[in-house]
Amino acid sequence: MTAMCDVAFLLLSFFVMTATAKQPEPKPVDTPASTVIDKLPEEGVGTITVGDKQVFFTIPRNIRRSTLERVGTEKGLKFTEGEYKAFENTEGFGVPLNQIKGLLALKPAQRTEPGFQKGIPYDSINDQLTVWVKQAREANKAVYDAQLQEGKITAEEFGKKGDLAIAIKGDAKEDFITVKRVIDILQEQKKNKFFLITGLRNEDF
Amino acid sequence: MAELNTGGGGGDGKKVRSKKSNPGVDLTAMVDLAFLLITFFMLTTTLSKPQSMPLAMPDKSPKDQPKDDTKIPEERMMTVLIGKDNKILWYLGQLKTPIIAPTETVFGKNGVRKDILKNTAYAKKHTTKEDEGLIVNIKASDAASYKNLVDILDEMAINKVQLYAIGDITKEETDLLKEKGLY
Repeated sequence: MTAMCDVAFLLLSFFVMTATAKQPEPKPVDTPASTVIDKLPEEGVGTITVGDKQVFFTIPRNIRRSTLERVGTEKGLKFTEGEYKAFENTEGFGVPLNQIKGLLALKPAQRTEPGFQKGIPYDSINDQLTVWVKQAREANKAVYDAQLQEGKITAEEFGKKGDLAIAIKGDAKEDFITVKRVIDILQEQKKNKFFLITGLRNEDF
Repeated sequence: MAELNTGGGGGDGKKVRSKKSNPGVDLTAMVDLAFLLITFFMLTTTLSKPQSMPLAMPDKSPKDQPKDDTKIPEERMMTVLIGKDNKILWYLGQLKTPIIAPTETVFGKNGVRKDILKNTAYAKKHTTKEDEGLIVNIKASDAASYKNLVDILDEMAINKVQLYAIGDITKEETDLLKEKGLY
């Protein structure tokens, strides 16, 4: 009993210390595997999740608020303080702009219910993904621009972090056309470098 | 560790009793709780950070396109078309006058990898420069899945292809895929 207890607590302390809570995602996807072992940068990456022809966007926490402010200004939407707070705590989201207020009014558990969010529109008629990505990139640039002016970071660091890194997290079974459309949207705003999130391949490929 | 010493000093006249039992503290509840917490943390942690594959696409905007008339030698130009059901069709050179005619293959080490290695060797023979190798143009059709794209990009990384790009599929190439029953 004593030994078991010891082991149990050892494991427990290990998990408590290494734990980074998994954020609930509105769209769980099964990423394809690859042999590439580069890790995704921990911070400053905006993630576009693609699955079932739906697109979701996760903005890094530090620029969530300013991104929403910018999108609001561009689209003539006003948000309350409470809505900004709620948006800051929303990991990823995928609703059209006209539903975003409704989404933020809900409880967090309701927001991430599977199938509740239907994705950000990204077709050429109503292309809101472009708006979000553009404003997130500008918000990110503004943050680091300010730091550069204050002399907190060097010009070299600004070159690295100034442009928001974008990662595409696609479902393995997703059609190539959907992903292609997302890539095209990024390329239209001259975002030619991005990451594809993959899992680790362990079978003999 | 967690036993209580209940021996007692025993000096009140009666004969000293041998220690009958040594009752331990009941740890069951504590261990239960510990394992419950372990389970919780195990399920909620993400131990491995996601892998990421960097991808650079060629700039699309036409106005700041530098004038570049460098000819790509046909011997080093491989085009990979991805069709439906994880099938690949590849050819070397130009579509109209291919050096190696369109060949059907599959993903994996016994499929496209062998072809890429063969073509890399072929390309190396037709160049004098050390750092020049095969150039692969990846064209996925509408029938392809995202997994196919990642797999072929992975193949590029495995085979250390000198240069590769993702291009848009042309009508002729789609027709070719249709002809072969891969679209």
